[in-house]
Amino acid sequence: MTISRREFIKSQAAIAAAAAAGVALPASLVARAQEAPMDDGLRWDKAPCRFCGTGCSVLVGVKDGRIVASQGDPDAPVNRGLNCIKGYFLPKIMYGQDRLTQPLLRKTDGRYDKNGEFQPVTWDEAFDIMAEKWKAAMKKEGGPSRVGMFGSGQWTVWDGYAASKFIKGGLRSNNLDPNARHCMASAVVAFMRHFGIDEPMGCYDDLEHADVFALWGSNMTEMHPILWSRLTDTRLTKPGCEVHVLSTFEHRCFELADNPIVFKPQTDLAIQNYICNYIIQNGKVNQAFVDNHVTFKRTAENIGYGLRPNHPLEQKATNSGYPDPADPTKKKGDPMGATEITFEEFAKLVAPYTLEYVSELSGVPKENLERLAAAYADPNKKVVSFWTMGFNQHTRGSWVNGNMYNVHLLVGKISEPGNGPFSLTGQPSACGTAREVGTFAHRLPADLVVTKPEHRAIAETVWKLPEGTINDKIGYHAVLMHRMLKDGKMNCYWQQCNNNMQASPNMNEESYPGWRNPDNFITVSDPYPTVSAQAADLVLPTAMWTEKEGAYGNAERRTQFWREQVSAPGESKSDLWQIMEFSKRFKVEEVWPEELIAKKPEYRGKTLYDILFANGVVDQFPYDGRILDDQGNAYGNHESAHFGYYVQKGLFEEYAGFGRGHAHDLAPFDTYHRTRGLRWPVVDGKETLWRFREGYDPYVKAKHPEVAKGDVYFYGNKNGRANIIFAPYDPPAESPDADYPLWLCTGRVLEHWHSGSMTRRVPELYKAVPDAQVFMNKLDAKRLGLRDGQMARISTRRGEIAARVETRGRNRPPEGLVFIPWFDASRLVNKLTLDATCPLSKETDFKKAACKVERA
Amino acid sequence: MQGGTGLEWQFSARMNANERKARLSRRQFLGETLKTACGVGLFGLGLGLYAQRASALPAWAIRPPGAIAEEDFNGACIRCGLCVRDCPFDMLHLAELGQPIPTGTPYFIARDKGCEMCEDIPCVAACPTNALSHDLTDIEKARMGLAVLVDQENCIAFRGLRCEVCYQVCPIKDQAITLDRQHNQRSGKHAMFVPVVHSDRCTGCGKCEEACILERAAIKVLPMHLAKGELGHHYRLGWEQKQQAGGSLVSPDPEHRYNLPEGMRYEHGGRGLIQEGTAPGPGEAAPIPDNPLETLNRKGPL
Repeated sequence: MTISRREFIKSQAAIAAAAAAGVALPASLVARAQEAPMDDGLRWDKAPCRFCGTGCSVLVGVKDGRIVASQGDPDAPVNRGLNCIKGYFLPKIMYGQDRLTQPLLRKTDGRYDKNGEFQPVTWDEAFDIMAEKWKAAMKKEGGPSRVGMFGSGQWTVWDGYAASKFIKGGLRSNNLDPNARHCMASAVVAFMRHFGIDEPMGCYDDLEHADVFALWGSNMTEMHPILWSRLTDTRLTKPGCEVHVLSTFEHRCFELADNPIVFKPQTDLAIQNYICNYIIQNGKVNQAFVDNHVTFKRTAENIGYGLRPNHPLEQKATNSGYPDPADPTKKKGDPMGATEITFEEFAKLVAPYTLEYVSELSGVPKENLERLAAAYADPNKKVVSFWTMGFNQHTRGSWVNGNMYNVHLLVGKISEPGNGPFSLTGQPSACGTAREVGTFAHRLPADLVVTKPEHRAIAETVWKLPEGTINDKIGYHAVLMHRMLKDGKMNCYWQQCNNNMQASPNMNEESYPGWRNPDNFITVSDPYPTVSAQAADLVLPTAMWTEKEGAYGNAERRTQFWREQVSAPGESKSDLWQIMEFSKRFKVEEVWPEELIAKKPEYRGKTLYDILFANGVVDQFPYDGRILDDQGNAYGNHESAHFGYYVQKGLFEEYAGFGRGHAHDLAPFDTYHRTRGLRWPVVDGKETLWRFREGYDPYVKAKHPEVAKGDVYFYGNKNGRANIIFAPYDPPAESPDADYPLWLCTGRVLEHWHSGSMTRRVPELYKAVPDAQVFMNKLDAKRLGLRDGQMARISTRRGEIAARVETRGRNRPPEGLVFIPWFDASRLVNKLTLDATCPLSKETDFKKAACKVERA
Repeated sequence: MQGGTGLEWQFSARMNANERKARLSRRQFLGETLKTACGVGLFGLGLGLYAQRASALPAWAIRPPGAIAEEDFNGACIRCGLCVRDCPFDMLHLAELGQPIPTGTPYFIARDKGCEMCEDIPCVAACPTNALSHDLTDIEKARMGLAVLVDQENCIAFRGLRCEVCYQVCPIKDQAITLDRQHNQRSGKHAMFVPVVHSDRCTGCGKCEEACILERAAIKVLPMHLAKGELGHHYRLGWEQKQQAGGSLVSPDPEHRYNLPEGMRYEHGGRGLIQEGTAPGPGEAAPIPDNPLETLNRKGPL
């Protein structure tokens, strides 16, 4: 119950006056003025935070079916009782006034109409029209590639796993991609290319053990607030600790920077190669480490920018991997390609990246560059590099991630406490769901991929599917889905647990025309009427966060569970329920060819639900109507009540089978409900803190029995070695010019999560940061005749938005660059961005476009 | 394609009901004030009462930028309402009859809506009498009041939570409010970011109080005389004097030298005694090298 000070004063005054006059006041007014503290009788349980990849734990207090209280979990190792301001308001995200409570379909005169108005329908009617559209689309040329799902790094583990089974195992389409494509895809590619296995080798304990922190394109202060308070504490309490911060503009991390570095966009690639060159020139290569543990390679170059194949930049690219216009059966090279070289050749390749050249190119003073390089080179300093979207959202994202590994591997600073490259994830389960479950267009669980027959065979065996069920062709990635929707080559699209119309690049030219293409049927599952929902044809009301049982995996490989705490409002159902229930609409004969069914004749006449979920494994654990914790508290579980078995446990145990014994080991299901998470691989009940080092990681000895004590072994690659892959500096896809003279960089703010669909519905957070502003340099503003608080029009070749100017805010761009956060649904910054991606990871560069700013 | 404006979506913010509460329109304000002014003649007795209150403005009512001292302000202000009219953000009000503020004078309530600190200060420009002093030409020199973090028990930043909303919204960025980084003794491994207000830069605009995410703001703008203490007139803070003077007021020491064992050095005025190659703490030990000579020949203390 909120009451403003003015109101409070007034009501106090009224009570005083009324008491004096002997007048009776309405009881509600008296109650508000004498507000009593929350009384006892709350049921407390734990849950990981709904927001970023840090993975803080919170305690959730439930009374009368509603979350009425929360607190940071004092027993959680990540946050020890703390929260950031988003976490502080967590329960309020569930109680926005405009929660969706029933399915809504666009209709005119009682029938579905793409241009009609949204009207309430039953779940049956919603799934009827959806199934009708999906089946019709799959009858067209291309079959299963006509349909697809767009999921999320905020999906629970079982949401993602069920989606993967349904789309890849059931419909035989690989058109399943998560919003993690916009977020972590470049990190994944680099992990696979350099180590042959995904996810960081270190853990958050690195934050206390390092001597030097280097932040590359990571605004941890705002985006990983609780990790930042750990890093800051180390800086405050550890003698000699120093912090290097690199970015294209000054943000709040610069407040702590001992070595602040603002570089020109894209030149991070050159700075990394300079550091390698410095290490070699100064004789600081850890020769024993490099000799025993590293293979040198050089990446394929001239790879293009992931734009449409007819774009002039793509026509020039010789290694884009696109079909060759001269002979469309052939591909133009392979952007993933790499050839082996010697150390000497590597040294020669980085030799041009001298201090003088790189200082000139990057605009960074020499002494700052040298200080950074010296920190990496010093054998007595333990260095952790952290990065997030500045690296990942980059047209050379896979390269710039990889170059960081080059630096750490050259000096052997990896896989031990306080030493290591650390890719931070943005989303709460980008690791746990998008990556480990494998909800990307090319992936299967536990790092398996659809292109390898032996990997498909593993999945087909676990899923009890006939051999040949899983499609060997990589599906459409996030950006390609929108292009295919626009071109009418993909016709049905189902988005869950994210807001891709607001999040995807180049909205005016690609996303929106694709969604509103009359040939297409778009379904959006969400708790709120987001920008995406507004652009959809069918909207499904969704249970969120603790309205369902869940599991997330954070950036340090920590898997955390929670129980369903409260019921979702109205007819809302979880994403998991929606996927499983929708799978009942497909008879196997409608989606599989006869020769495939003939291999498993017992599946004849069955639905995909029968085959994928009622398969004897997923449905093996009984559900007796409630879930109990060890204190005897009872919890609901709406999926299990509906399907008649403990759905989450069955899905998890089947899924965990992929990783156990393969360096992705997860503990038994029930263990996770009793812990604040465990860091995988969990072997013999023991967590793994640092991977690839004997003593810390049990897989090292298992894979290489003769390994020396304390030595490393990169078992992700068959030869046990990590790769150093030379990648050069390449210019960006689009740079400022006479017409569009400024750089545009987009990003986030502490107070809002992603597109703001949840946090903007929390009044206090809304009030704290109501609108996205355009952060710019004072001198740029002055030149353009703009003052603080004035409305400005920001435009690129693709669109324009208006925002108020901020020159004295939390971000302080250099001249020539503006920064706009993307949370604000009323000024959609992705109307401005370019859909150029890293050609390896297919992840968009949201950090670099050319724009102009004028008085609005 | 869909008809209509297509791409122009508007998000209707879920505002706090309190913030949507009906306020009198500016025209209504001015109208009421006029009536009040006409009625003053009939109000003989009441005037004395108001005159008494005039010098004691309630702490929650803040005057616009440039307002002269309260006791002079009430004489100088002619209740014309022009400052309220010219405020582009509609955050100024005119006191109504019955409020504990002299009727017809301008004020704002920081918690409802703080001053946006327009560079051209239109409220001051509009003032015909210098009640809002025209000497104020730089809005950063305004002193409407002073933000004070009055409730350190409920401010969540003082408990180590990562809030800092007041710091983020402050228009005199990183000067009027700074963050004091402190070790969190309780958690042992996190820092706290404690907001500290600096009176030499704070204008009292109230944006921090407006934005404070608590049910009731922990940071409040107070009139200067309530907010400020005063250092004993005899005393100076040495480190500040040194900084102002650009060096020590008394000549600094010549270089110090020390008797020290091998592997130790001493930093005068810095970290003091420093052990080179400090021994690793628990769990920090470097892995044991393959070559025993490396272990045997390792430099530094054991």
